[in-house]
Amino acid sequence: MRPVAVIGIGKTAFGAFPDRDLRSLAVEAGQKCLADANVSPSQVEAYYLGNFAGPSFVGQNHLAPYIAGAMGITGVPCTRFEAACASSGSAFYHAVSSVAAGLNDLVLVAGVEKMTSQTTPKVTEILAGAGDTCGEVRAGATFPALFAMIARRHMFQYGTTREHLAAVAVKNHANGALNPLAHMRKVITMEQALKGKPIAEPLTVYDCSLISDGAAAVLIAPLERAAEFTSKPVKVLGIAQTSDYVALDQKEDITTLGAVVNAAQKAYKMAGVSAKDIEFAEVHDCFTIAEILASEDLGFVKKGEGGPYALAGHTCLRGERPINTSGGLKSKGHPVGATGAGQICDLVMQIRGEAGERQLARHSLGLAQNLGGSGATAVVTILGVA
Amino acid sequence: MTNGIVYTETVVHAAPEQFIADAPYQMAIVSLTEGGRITARIEGSRVSIGDAVNFVEDRGGIPFFAKA
Repeated sequence: MRPVAVIGIGKTAFGAFPDRDLRSLAVEAGQKCLADANVSPSQVEAYYLGNFAGPSFVGQNHLAPYIAGAMGITGVPCTRFEAACASSGSAFYHAVSSVAAGLNDLVLVAGVEKMTSQTTPKVTEILAGAGDTCGEVRAGATFPALFAMIARRHMFQYGTTREHLAAVAVKNHANGALNPLAHMRKVITMEQALKGKPIAEPLTVYDCSLISDGAAAVLIAPLERAAEFTSKPVKVLGIAQTSDYVALDQKEDITTLGAVVNAAQKAYKMAGVSAKDIEFAEVHDCFTIAEILASEDLGFVKKGEGGPYALAGHTCLRGERPINTSGGLKSKGHPVGATGAGQICDLVMQIRGEAGERQLARHSLGLAQNLGGSGATAVVTILGVA
Repeated sequence: MTNGIVYTETVVHAAPEQFIADAPYQMAIVSLTEGGRITARIEGSRVSIGDAVNFVEDRGGIPFFAKA
């Protein structure tokens, strides 16, 4: 297997953009990414696109060649990957597999979602399609409801509190306020977070990520060729994608996301590192409870200690292990198909030392955790200086 | 399906389009006495984790339970 490097990144701002269509967002991110690596469209050997629900949100299918063609990329494999909110994390995993195997050298990975053209109840319904539509969804479960039930159980088993959840929201908003590409650049207080409008009890509007439009792209190459394109290659040290049941009621213990635990263990083994070595992470905080679960399932803290760890400030920008320096899905925004690729871009920015006001002092080893549904897909990626 | 224990629950305020008229409504994952779990709607008084619940009826493919 050949070592793989990220040689270029590109992102649009995340937000609500009524005058932008899905394709223009994906093209912007792709072109920025190619420009970052000084690569022309004709050099791209494959285009892997993560997108959850373009057909439902905007009525467009056959998205990968549709977008690639608009960038002048033709005559190569162009494929869409769908794994709910882990769609572009999965696209990235398969792209790395392809380059590592020697099938391709330059693969452009992207993620895009255009969500804000639909009403919130309609978006809620489309997103619920990532759950079990013959069971939990038919009974009336939304994604906030599924994660609310996880939160309730976590509170019951481990004593997690509303303050613990709110601490995640306050921290991520503080980080997002410093990110020029974030959807909601607004600092919030603990008091605000605790008094939010209820969405699915115990989760309030401040526990839920945003409905956003946006795109992100990552260009990868064999590490041995990286110097042709960039002076700051970032190495893919470890990566794994795993799965679990789609329905929450089929999981034995819903306070642990088994797919995340498995993916993390595989990725750590591949990278030859352990959880304690990870300096910073971008995790999938679709809901505040999901960031608490991630900090536990990735092995940063013991099960049940994720809430107190967040409240104590250890995951803040100046804490011992910063989590979601981008603002996370909570504040940066969550255009679901773009989120996995966006996390990779955010890690690369930190590792290259290009994260501006959010730049960390220790930034040589980072981890991204991308989640699909209520844990049926998990992708964990470990990146480091090449 | 007869009865079970509430494994976890939530009250949904922001409903998907087809259930807006029902909101707020409580739903739960119920650990069934005969084994396995099911995601169901709760009718009548609110329930908490550990509460015993009885199966009421199936309405259009949705199992309804109520506090025992």
